[in-house]
Amino acid sequence: MDHGVKIRMKVNGQWREAETTPDRLLIDLLREEFGFTGTKKGCGEGECGACTVILNGRPLLACLIPAAKAEGADILTVEGLTPEQGLHPIQQAFQDEGAVQCGYCTPGMVMTAKALIDENPSPTEAEIKRAISGNICRCTGYTKIVAAIVRGAALLRGEAATTPAGVDRERVPQLPPVGPG
Amino acid sequence: MNWKRYERASDLNGALTLLDRAEGTGRVIAGGTDLVLQLGQRQKSAELLVDVTGIDELRGLCASGAWIRIGAAVTHREAAASGLLREEAAVLAEGCGMVGSPQIRNIATLMGNVITAQPAADAAVPLTALGAELRVVSAAGERWVPLEEAYRGVGESAIDATREVATEIRFRRPGAGAKTRFFRLARRKALALPVLNGAVCLWRDGDAGRIREARIALGPVAARPFRARQAEACLTSDRITAALLEEAARLAAGEATPRTSLIRGSEEYRRAMIRLYLTRTLWEMLDIG
Ligand code: FES
Ligand code: FES
Repeated sequence: MDHGVKIRMKVNGQWREAETTPDRLLIDLLREEFGFTGTKKGCGEGECGACTVILNGRPLLACLIPAAKAEGADILTVEGLTPEQGLHPIQQAFQDEGAVQCGYCTPGMVMTAKALIDENPSPTEAEIKRAISGNICRCTGYTKIVAAIVRGAALLRGEAATTPAGVDRERVPQLPPVGPG
Repeated sequence: MNWKRYERASDLNGALTLLDRAEGTGRVIAGGTDLVLQLGQRQKSAELLVDVTGIDELRGLCASGAWIRIGAAVTHREAAASGLLREEAAVLAEGCGMVGSPQIRNIATLMGNVITAQPAADAAVPLTALGAELRVVSAAGERWVPLEEAYRGVGESAIDATREVATEIRFRRPGAGAKTRFFRLARRKALALPVLNGAVCLWRDGDAGRIREARIALGPVAARPFRARQAEACLTSDRITAALLEEAARLAAGEATPRTSLIRGSEEYRRAMIRLYLTRTLWEMLDIG
């Protein structure tokens, strides 16, 4: 490749390296070279927050960052948040509260929520709204997302969520598992 | 392909050498939140990007003697959270807390907010009211540029980012007796550019005494952050009355030059909003009523 450069960064706890063009953006490197397609590209212009990743502890927009700027950085994407088995408490809370509709905004919302709760384990509703003010959701109307983050924070504090979940799981028809066969 | 080389400078001399060798084809990048888009849309071009955010001497936000100094790598998040600014220049902390979104504020710099040269910039408007100036360094030497002279036009800075590095913003500490305040009107409370924003700094003698100095900066009501000098002169007075504040607000609405815009409303509306918001802000600051 012409003008190829090597870029190294730690993604989800592991050092990774790619040879790429110098003008590659972080979002494309993560998705296309490293295969972390959980990070979504919505607008590609810094407006929607779907591409939010946690870079050196801060939520940032991967669509606005040259990959070369992130050389040596420590990056967490939604894949790195998800445990081998089951879900991370924030993801669990999103499911319990029914805070996911089309799901396109969800990885960015979850990463923004994670960064918030890391910094402030008991965020108020106002603090949550401010924290997700850069994450656009075109489906849910945000109410359930805010409830999910309240719940996720409680779960992470080791408290049983005090309010009943917004979704009554008994009444939601369970979909058959998706997969080959 | 867009830029062909990306270099992260570790000191100022290194950055200047890189720019000098690139002979106009290099360009300084800091947070990059505007620049990356502009490069992608071919509104600007660069073969080489020189990232200055790793340069230690550009990282500080501190008081030194009579000045507050803000390095070119300081982000809006850092400024909005700064105890020093909240204490001594709250108007700037407030403005910085309104820029873009949390993710943008985590990486975008105050210097970038000035260099990108938008008249509505929520950090540049308070910096204008604070009388800030920029230290600009190039291979040819060093100069200080008053903020108001740092603009050529909308989106066009007087700082040449292909050859110069703006390293620091400084302004005089407002000091005891100063009061500052930011206001903003936008279509939504988040992720919306302002229809109107403003920064007011007042210096008073004594408690209920006269106003010794007033500075009012408004955006986006002209091609650059706009100082409402007639209103400022009107406010510099011994007798602070409701009528005086209203007169100052009326003057500001008259001297600004907003245009009818599909996004921001008609000229008449925008002038009316300047008058309303300024009157309100001054009333609150001066505790009249
Ligand atoms: S894809 Fe990055 S903000 Fe929309
Ligand atoms: S769930 Fe569809 S955009 Fe948020």
